[in-house]
Amino acid sequence: MTRETALNIVLMAVLLAVPLAAWSLDEPFVITLATRAAILAIAGVGLNVALGLGGLVSFGHAVFFGLGGYAMGILAHHAQTYTPLMTAPFTIDGTTSMPVIWLVAIGVSVLAALAIGALSLRTTGVYFIMITLAFAQMVYYFAISWPAYGGEDGLSVYVRNGFPGLNTMDPIQYFSLCYGVLALVLLGVSRLARSPFGLMLQAARQDPERVEAIGQTPYRLYLTAFVISGAITGLSGALFADLNRFVSPTMLSWHMSGEIMIFVILGGVGRVFGPVAGAALFILLEHLLGGLSAYWHVYLGAMLLGVVLFARGGLYGLLAGREVAHD
Amino acid sequence: MSLILLAEQTLNGLQFGMMLFLMAAGLTLIFGVMGLINLAHGSLYMVGAFIAAATAAFTGSFLLALIASLAAAALAGVLIEMTIIRRLYERDHLDQVLATFALILIFSEGTRWVFGSFPLYLDIPDALSGTVTLPFGVEYSLYRLVLIGVGLVIALGLFLLIGKTRLGIRIRAGENDREMIGALGVDISRLYTLVFALGAALAGLAGALIGAIQSVQVGMGEPVLILAFVVIVIGGIGSIKGALVGALLVGLTDTLGRFLLPKAFALVLDPSQATAIGSALASMAIYILMAGVLILRPRGLFGGAAS
Repeated sequence: MTRETALNIVLMAVLLAVPLAAWSLDEPFVITLATRAAILAIAGVGLNVALGLGGLVSFGHAVFFGLGGYAMGILAHHAQTYTPLMTAPFTIDGTTSMPVIWLVAIGVSVLAALAIGALSLRTTGVYFIMITLAFAQMVYYFAISWPAYGGEDGLSVYVRNGFPGLNTMDPIQYFSLCYGVLALVLLGVSRLARSPFGLMLQAARQDPERVEAIGQTPYRLYLTAFVISGAITGLSGALFADLNRFVSPTMLSWHMSGEIMIFVILGGVGRVFGPVAGAALFILLEHLLGGLSAYWHVYLGAMLLGVVLFARGGLYGLLAGREVAHD
Repeated sequence: MSLILLAEQTLNGLQFGMMLFLMAAGLTLIFGVMGLINLAHGSLYMVGAFIAAATAAFTGSFLLALIASLAAAALAGVLIEMTIIRRLYERDHLDQVLATFALILIFSEGTRWVFGSFPLYLDIPDALSGTVTLPFGVEYSLYRLVLIGVGLVIALGLFLLIGKTRLGIRIRAGENDREMIGALGVDISRLYTLVFALGAALAGLAGALIGAIQSVQVGMGEPVLILAFVVIVIGGIGSIKGALVGALLVGLTDTLGRFLLPKAFALVLDPSQATAIGSALASMAIYILMAGVLILRPRGLFGGAAS
């Protein structure tokens, strides 16, 4: 067992143990914090597929996070106000069932990622960073100025949506659900990274010309990675909106894109479990420093700067040593 | 819709574009010469605005406020260049984005800590307040007209600086081949600091000038920063000419889009729906423009070999 695997196990165990302990001590707030960490970790894992495996620096992943959030908000809003989502040409009703909402969130994110990716991947380098940011801003401003679903004020949902067999309003049950989703996503992504597609994608990141020379199309590999990445981030957006029972354009803002990127970097780029460590650390810092001083972003900024300048592998780089192979 | 109103909005668009140019010129120079994406450029804009507002409140002089904002932004630029930015030139874009994002967090919270969360106000000086009557009976704010003029003068100054002076030759040489000019005996790290300070000073000046028509508050730099990036991506990164054309294009598209699109939709839809759709589309217009330009010309309108 490598140190990285050991660290993965410890990390997942701690993320499970803390809320369980909080549950037995009756501290629902800590459970909520852990739930937030688990959900944001999913978003980071999603971005990491594009960023870590494919080397695609997307500065607009908030768009998928927010679309997932709005998928939940809009469907639940219509279900709870008993108004159909649309009537012509056929009637679509809202829903309060999480599995359906997740499917819709993933579907919408896949479509958005296909469109954004197909256009953005025509560019590279700094142009790619900026065009993904521009697409996210486009959707952000649309959400702000479109009055039907709350515009700038966002959209509240009275009751958290349901999952068959669970009482999602109970913090520990909702945490378990999110933790389960996180585990499944991690399982999927670590298999993806070792699959022929994942290996080819990493090869395309390191040397697109050679990948082309053996008959593969980097563009297609990148686009597939971008779509998978967007879908995972969209799913986490739906979970996040359900946690807060609220969705607003903030979920689409470029600060959100930056934060998702921070999870990946704090944890360690390209490590499958890295974003879990990053998101957990972020939530921990937000909680500890936020209690210490209202200006906690100064410390966050300083720390991020330190990681970028001096500790390039993030937490995983510090604790698990250098990555075993490549680059 | 009267033509006078349209003329006024067009002037507003030009004024907005000129201020964007001040931001974008610095960004594009810094990217062109050093290959650095500087997200903290908006923070320098904010620093300029805050220092100007504080100086104006203290001394009562708008001119002193402008000078102070230029100096403070340039100084802040030199400071972060020498301590942090310098380490990022050889890094990949991801590291640059994150490190400068971290700088934004530090600058924003630091400013909030020093000046508090309430917005400051900077008044237009008496000599420049009021309106002037332009040909065809267009009434327009004198201060905004002056902003357009200042933008034009600075654009001209930059073209002369880049095209005619020794510093300009070095900057252009730095864009082409930084190792070569180092080998020819130019002190590269001083050149880099200088270019960064120049960009920072322009951003600070833009912040101070805009501060007189908007409230001066934490976070004011971010929308402008993103627009400035849109500008340089449309214009082609590294090109001053591209920055000017892109800035005017973005300024006009945004202002006229907000003005015309709701009216255009009102011709076919009922008024409330037209306003909703029109304003939603208008707020997206510049991003649609940028996506369109990049799809047709992935390196921007005037983009050369830079990547």
